[in-house]
Amino acid sequence: MTKIEIKDLHVNIGEKEILKGFNLTVNGGEVHALMGPNGTGKSTLAYALMGHPRYEVIKGDILLDGESIMEMSVDERARRGLFLAFQYPVAIPGVTLANFLRSALNAKAKALNPEDKGISLVNFRRLLRSKMDLLKMDYAFGARYLNDGFSGGEKKRAEVLQMAMLEPRIAILDETDSGLDIDALRIVADGVHQLQSDTLGVILITHYQRMLEYMQPQFVHIMYGGAIVESGGAELALKLEEQGYDWIRDKYPDTRKTG
Amino acid sequence: MSDQKNQDFLNELGADYQYGFSDPDIASFRPEKGLTREIVKQISAFKEEPEWMLNLRLKAYEHYINRPMPGWGPDLSDLDLDNIYYYVRPPEVNQKSWDDVPDTIKNTFDKLGIPEAEQKFLAGVGAQYDSEMVYHSIQENLEKQGVVFLSIENGLKEYPELFREHFGTVVPYQDNKFSALNTAVWSGGSFVYVPKGVKVDLPLQAYFRLNNPNLGQFERSLIIADEGSQVHYVEGCTAPIYSEDSLHSGVIEIVVKKNARVRYSTIQNWSTNVYNLVTQRAVVYENGTMEWVDANLGSKVTMKYPSCYLRGEGAHGEVLSVAFAGPGQVQDAGSKMIHFVPNTSSKITSKSISRGNGRSSYRGLVRVANNVDKANSSVVCDALLLDPESGSDTYPTIDIRSSDVNIGHEASVSRIGEEQLFYLNSRGLTDEEATTMIVSGFIEPLVKELPMEYAIEMNRLIQLQMIGSVG
Repeated sequence: MTKIEIKDLHVNIGEKEILKGFNLTVNGGEVHALMGPNGTGKSTLAYALMGHPRYEVIKGDILLDGESIMEMSVDERARRGLFLAFQYPVAIPGVTLANFLRSALNAKAKALNPEDKGISLVNFRRLLRSKMDLLKMDYAFGARYLNDGFSGGEKKRAEVLQMAMLEPRIAILDETDSGLDIDALRIVADGVHQLQSDTLGVILITHYQRMLEYMQPQFVHIMYGGAIVESGGAELALKLEEQGYDWIRDKYPDTRKTG
Repeated sequence: MSDQKNQDFLNELGADYQYGFSDPDIASFRPEKGLTREIVKQISAFKEEPEWMLNLRLKAYEHYINRPMPGWGPDLSDLDLDNIYYYVRPPEVNQKSWDDVPDTIKNTFDKLGIPEAEQKFLAGVGAQYDSEMVYHSIQENLEKQGVVFLSIENGLKEYPELFREHFGTVVPYQDNKFSALNTAVWSGGSFVYVPKGVKVDLPLQAYFRLNNPNLGQFERSLIIADEGSQVHYVEGCTAPIYSEDSLHSGVIEIVVKKNARVRYSTIQNWSTNVYNLVTQRAVVYENGTMEWVDANLGSKVTMKYPSCYLRGEGAHGEVLSVAFAGPGQVQDAGSKMIHFVPNTSSKITSKSISRGNGRSSYRGLVRVANNVDKANSSVVCDALLLDPESGSDTYPTIDIRSSDVNIGHEASVSRIGEEQLFYLNSRGLTDEEATTMIVSGFIEPLVKELPMEYAIEMNRLIQLQMIGSVG
């Protein structure tokens, strides 16, 4: 059973402490929405989970299925089933989305079994097309250079396509719904919804209620000042929709906004 | 990366990429090291050449002896020109059929995968083994169309007038020290003639291979594309590894007549002890198009500036080049575009990658002659540095002697970004896989211009170059 446990996580960027004792456990089959004002450390959490070298964990632990991933490289974490859908994915000019995905799939398969010869082109194409159908993407998309000249909506869709292809066990979606118009949001949210399974745990970083309507998270957390300050169910998100974050600021006056 | 890991990687790529092999020395004639007038005469005599060629060789020899080493560009002070064999001939020459090729030579070709490649889609093969053509075949439909694809020696024998009319006109021996040297001692290379209006669909391909230590290889090719014709010539080079420095100094001359179109593609992968000093030039007449596609991966020092002399209105010249300088390598590559007449256009796209303490430079010249109006030229140079030790330089010279011209120049230098690496890592790719992918993407504009098998080879060579590139 998939399980990630984030325990008392403190993370610095440079000299500045951004995460200040973050705790969360996510099991397979669960969707956790992570909300909160800008600058409270949501993206920092995403990057720290993935192991970005500039995000220094100064205290705490992250366990994936009971095993600490703190000493693992970024790529090893990915091969173990961690996935981050980036808010701002970078472009890799000259590398087609399809080539990239095939390499990523093969890297993962090879890590599991060094004898693995990789996925055949025929099978890969079949798989890719089935996932593109899921996200209502034009097949020609696969021949475009990764994120190079993609519109905001295309980038987000490409992120979800990668998630669909790589079949992670824990996925962190960092504002995958931001910058999308209503139609694109529906397609992306619908796509992610279809990927939900008992073996996938999702951490959904979002500002918007709409994404939650599709994903129907069992848990909603409010992050403020580098830690979770409130947890609840769908009603918590509705409260935020109606009242904004002012009541959080009032309730936790001592928690200074960070990074 | 450990030697064992290296070896595993090579095994994985296939035995054809283990360039360390070297066949027993089967060369039948080898003069002394160094170059004398007598050796030039011997070479000419061996080839049973007409007197004009002997005289030209001797004049070129005199010029070579008297001409100083180039005073610009990369350091050539370690190049000992007296410690090189200037002519080596294998025992069998110019086999027409694969069955006639000696087994040792065949084994080498097997390792390079040539027969297989030929079966698939080679239009014609001229493979250079040491200094002579040993194997040459051309498909029947080409012969029927009147396309000539011969060793340079047979070109001289069989088409003496056509040969003499063009040889040395595009790159005269006085051009530079190494064109003089090549003219004095040239041996091997291709002679291509495409008649008027004939379009050769499949690329003509030649493989070059050095197999002797200290062997100077001085191939000379002459390609003539008559009016309205089209041809793509592909040259791929590999060389086994030796400890002593070797010299490769080729001259390629191309004549692109009215409305003709020629593309010349090179993948240069000399072992990293070879000095690769090459002169490649095309003369382009009215509405003709010349395209150089040039990849320089190997060698110790490469100096190579494929050029187009645009001599007819509407002529277009293009260079797409990639240079990869690994540890200890210097790639000094670029292009020359000379606009002699109005309404001519040129385009240079140069991409360089440097790693270790490798150094790759773009050295280019765009010249628009006096009173030449409506010339267009664009130059784009992109350099990618893989680590702090590597370097890149740009030496663009733009010499415009006319007012009504449109010239653009852009240059960029980038490093592989932490964010790009992180992004690819986050999808499960190791640093090395991620870096290789970024590099492959960087050179993709060139690779996609290559015939498929070369594109695959190019990607494998890049993978090889990247071994051990990361921590």
